[in-house]
Amino acid sequence: MIGFVLRRLLQAVPTLLAVVTVSFFLIRLAPGGPFDLERPLAPAAMAALQETYGLDQPLAVQYLRYLGALARGDFGPSFSFRDRGVAEILGHGLPVSMTIGGLALGLALALGIGLGAGAAFRPGRLLDRVVGLGAGLGVAVPTFVVAPLLQIVFGLGLGWLPVGSWEGGAPAHLVLPVLTLALPQAGLLARLTRASLRETLALPHIRTQRAMGLPRRRIARHALRGALLPIVAILGSTAAALLTGSVVVETLFGLPGLGRTFVDGALNRDYTLVMGTVVLVGVFVIGLNLVADILCALLDPRLRIAR
Amino acid sequence: MRPAPHRRQCLAGLAAAALARPAEAAPAGLYRRGNDADPGTLDPHKSSTVAEAHILRDLYEGLLTYDNHGRIIPGCAEACTVSGDGLTYTFTLRERARWSNGDPVVANDFVFSLRRILDPALAAKYAEVLFPIRGAAAVNRGAAAPESIGVDAPSARTLVLTLERPTPYVLELLTHSTALPVHPATVTRFGAAFTRPENLVSNGAYALREAAPNDRVILVRNPHFHAAADVAIPSVAFLPTPDLASAVRRYAGGEIDSLADLPADQMASLRARFGGQVVLGPSLGLYALALDTRRAPFDDVRVRRALSLVIDREFLAQRLWGETMDPAYSLCPPGLDHYRAPPELAGRDALPIDREDEARALLAAAGFGPGRPLALEYRFNASDNNRNTAVALAEMWRGIGVATRFTYTDAKTHFAYLREGRPFDVARVSWIADYSDPQNFLFLLQSGNDTLNPGHYADAAYDGLMRDAAGETDLARRADLLFRAETIVVTDLPWIPVMHTRSKALISPRLSGYRPNLRNAAPTRFLRLEA
Amino acid sequence: MRGFVRRLFRHRSATVALGFLAAVALACLVGPELTGHDPGRIYPDLVGTPPGLAAHPRPGTVRPALERLAFRMRVTVRAVTIRDGTAHVTVDAPRSIDPRVLTYLPRSDLFGPATILERAEDGRRLVVSVPVLEQRFLLGTDVLGRDLLTRTLVAGRVSLVIGLVATGVALLIGLTYGAVAGYAGGRVDAVMMRLVDVLYALPFVFFVIMLLVFFRAGLGLILVAIGAVEWLDMARMVRAQTLSLRQRDFVRAAEALGLSSARILVRHIVPNTLGPVTVAATVLVPKVILLESFLSFLGLGVQEPQTSWGALIAEGARAIESAPWMLAAPAAFLVTTLLALNVLGDALGEALDPRRDALTAPR
Repeated sequence: MIGFVLRRLLQAVPTLLAVVTVSFFLIRLAPGGPFDLERPLAPAAMAALQETYGLDQPLAVQYLRYLGALARGDFGPSFSFRDRGVAEILGHGLPVSMTIGGLALGLALALGIGLGAGAAFRPGRLLDRVVGLGAGLGVAVPTFVVAPLLQIVFGLGLGWLPVGSWEGGAPAHLVLPVLTLALPQAGLLARLTRASLRETLALPHIRTQRAMGLPRRRIARHALRGALLPIVAILGSTAAALLTGSVVVETLFGLPGLGRTFVDGALNRDYTLVMGTVVLVGVFVIGLNLVADILCALLDPRLRIAR
Repeated sequence: MRPAPHRRQCLAGLAAAALARPAEAAPAGLYRRGNDADPGTLDPHKSSTVAEAHILRDLYEGLLTYDNHGRIIPGCAEACTVSGDGLTYTFTLRERARWSNGDPVVANDFVFSLRRILDPALAAKYAEVLFPIRGAAAVNRGAAAPESIGVDAPSARTLVLTLERPTPYVLELLTHSTALPVHPATVTRFGAAFTRPENLVSNGAYALREAAPNDRVILVRNPHFHAAADVAIPSVAFLPTPDLASAVRRYAGGEIDSLADLPADQMASLRARFGGQVVLGPSLGLYALALDTRRAPFDDVRVRRALSLVIDREFLAQRLWGETMDPAYSLCPPGLDHYRAPPELAGRDALPIDREDEARALLAAAGFGPGRPLALEYRFNASDNNRNTAVALAEMWRGIGVATRFTYTDAKTHFAYLREGRPFDVARVSWIADYSDPQNFLFLLQSGNDTLNPGHYADAAYDGLMRDAAGETDLARRADLLFRAETIVVTDLPWIPVMHTRSKALISPRLSGYRPNLRNAAPTRFLRLEA
Repeated sequence: MRGFVRRLFRHRSATVALGFLAAVALACLVGPELTGHDPGRIYPDLVGTPPGLAAHPRPGTVRPALERLAFRMRVTVRAVTIRDGTAHVTVDAPRSIDPRVLTYLPRSDLFGPATILERAEDGRRLVVSVPVLEQRFLLGTDVLGRDLLTRTLVAGRVSLVIGLVATGVALLIGLTYGAVAGYAGGRVDAVMMRLVDVLYALPFVFFVIMLLVFFRAGLGLILVAIGAVEWLDMARMVRAQTLSLRQRDFVRAAEALGLSSARILVRHIVPNTLGPVTVAATVLVPKVILLESFLSFLGLGVQEPQTSWGALIAEGARAIESAPWMLAAPAAFLVTTLLALNVLGDALGEALDPRRDALTAPR
């Protein structure tokens, strides 16, 4: 097991390097630069800025410099936030995204697995149908429709909750964004849980247990454990997506998270900010997928050999 | 009281629940001010956006500054004398001008600041705004030492500014962010980090308390400010509002006290919901179409005129932009200082059908007609109202047999494409002036000004008039020269003016003192917020 | 195969979903021809019309509309009477009225061609009769005054095409890539799967944004961009399947018979992975349609003059307070279509898994 983890960690280094390289050249070769503004700069000002940020160097030199700095843990200065370093901006955004994303993940898991299991054990009943429809809606309605609806109903109509803003993470301000972010994931997880659990319940050994008249509770626990495997398998990427922020939720609720940094960074050609976010997200994806794989291996020993 | 009364009525059954809502915790005296974007910097010399300008105006005070009517009023300077040739300005600083740490503001602080922004090592984006100062252009080019600019401090309270040539709008330039002072000791000590809340020393009505990226910037009253006793609002939080529709919802929920930008396509509904809280005002912006005058057929003035004639500017400004724009029949918006009523495009009063007939005739003369229809590509940067405008323009041009193809890209791609001088047919361009003077619009089309003039329009007569105007000290004669130059623009149409922008804001009834004005200036020190 | 079809149709919900999808596809295909409006046609005088069966202009709006037109015709409206769908309008002006200005009336989308009934005071006063047109907008109009029903149906074509084609691209790449990697095994497999890992770790939003920025955004490109990103899951799944299939007797037998690798892949491996792949594809179609809507939210989606459900919804979500119908119509189409696809996907999954028969008794 330890060998497996170590090997995976070692493999992560070249993967990350490849991600950094691809992203670097993608963003650098995109048309326009950080200093192309609606009101164009004087050529002299442009040249001075390019020089200040080293953009006048050949791309290969810039790439190597960036890698060198990254290796020292230096994410560089931001192009669009001229007073700040990228590390500082990410440092502001990450806790926000982790809070919202972590809560949304917890809520999605609880709702998704709970309701999905409930539906699977009573196929065709009312609960199954309601969950099926709810999960379908959760997946099908775009987030940017859910967010304004929640704002209008709970923020303006009922007046129970604030419409937006972060306010240092005050609990009331978290409810709507977390809900918006969690709903589609909950829908997905509910569907997956239901499908997987039904498959497990059809397996011969579970059917045998049923036939033997084992207590339902015990069968359920048994089946659920087996059914969790596909859920855990997708958990890595789901968690990474939630924890690194959602541009839609952050924009609509006015939250200072990473998702916005990322999309704004890409659209503003804030090269260093985008690269910093790419590295951070890459680390999250690789790390969480590794955790998911370890969990899978723990749940199903056969997989350890397959990998 | 919260706005949005109808919503309340619709949901009267839920009134009890609504009343039970914990009052939206507005900390006493905090003005939550919506600002369209997050500031990229709080260093006035590196600043480049309107959103930054709003914050900087509260944080710092220049020699002169704006009040809430957009009038130029004394700032750090209490008096100013101008030499007879209009080249030397002598300012006397206020005795009570103080930095937020209590240090007096001295003339050398301005000398330091102006040298700093013009030093090419700082890589300021808009140093060129200060080029009327003698020697500034050379310093910024790196051809001279920063010490050589025409700014001197003969005494602690006297500042002498020498200009390259008489510049009627120079006092207004001194209100611009680029002319704001920075505290020399902190800048020297902390370098780029001097704008951190823990380091920043500023001389305006407010001082920096907190700055979190994409979240908020909080300013608190500066007790050392010379007019601190008249500053009514103790603290202000600038909140970025990247999504305007949700910003309006936050406003309706009482979480923001004012918005500096509104979704133009929702104006009718905003007026119905918020009535007098929607405040529109003039501004110094232009929305225009640039044509690539280097290439056929757009080098043909007949084609340019035909395209301009059939644009229904009233429909665009009133219906599509909900009156947040004014139809533009000239390059300069009306109401500029040192100018007269600008010359107008021909055919404004003609019947639209006559305009269409004329456009068809012009196109026919240029060789286009049913047998050989004109096809053009319209380039613009994607945003909803730009897209709606493009669709409407295409429909208007279709009426005279012009087929329009769209190319729309993200803003960076669009502006980079134009800056690089690559070929295009028709492209959306815009301009927001730095000062209320026709020169700040008309210089856009001077030849050689290629980054601002993507079609590389060049006209010797126009350039000559602009040069003459720059050397003219008599304001009336200068206005005449500029008027003649603009007449060339509206006849020759290298740019087709479409609309003039207006400022648009939502202002809570709790907030008083907001007066829409051409400069779009609303310094917090002149506003009041009821509890 | 027959068993599969029978099992599928035993799900009543699957039959309904399939029928519904066919109806939506048909409506999108032929509907725009039947609504009586061109999807790009702008009705400047009917901007933001709410949905309903009533004909526009409504009687109450005829007079204000005439007054707006009169302003452009440089005349003043003095009297209006409407009878049997025809308005009798009296206008006057300080100067003699040029009858050509009457062409404004039929141009306004509200009225038909005008006929002059009476000229008085040297042509300074006219009485004209003008038919009031009847335009119907079942689902209302948008901010530019375009018919939403037509636009929603036309948008449906684009969204469905994106869903199908992008899924097809993902399927093709994923299936080929996964099968080759799984079958080749060893070093080739390792290298190929590392590439997949890299792409997994590459933040997806960033990747798509960059693709769209790079190449001028357009429908074709969005398809490729989405397909290019969504094949990863498919490749992993097919590879896993292939790995286990390779050990099976029939593949071994084919190898022993000396069949070429390509042939074995095409004849024996790929067909045996099709079951789970089909299920994955039905999940992918909704995912892709939603993804396009997300890109539209960012302003990077389908471009004018084309439109998609996502683009309409993004536009409608902004107008949710002022013109909720702009959101409701496309959202209803999108959500019901995606629900139907999900139901179909579930049913396919169960139908393809014969083991479940015992538990999935028909109901």
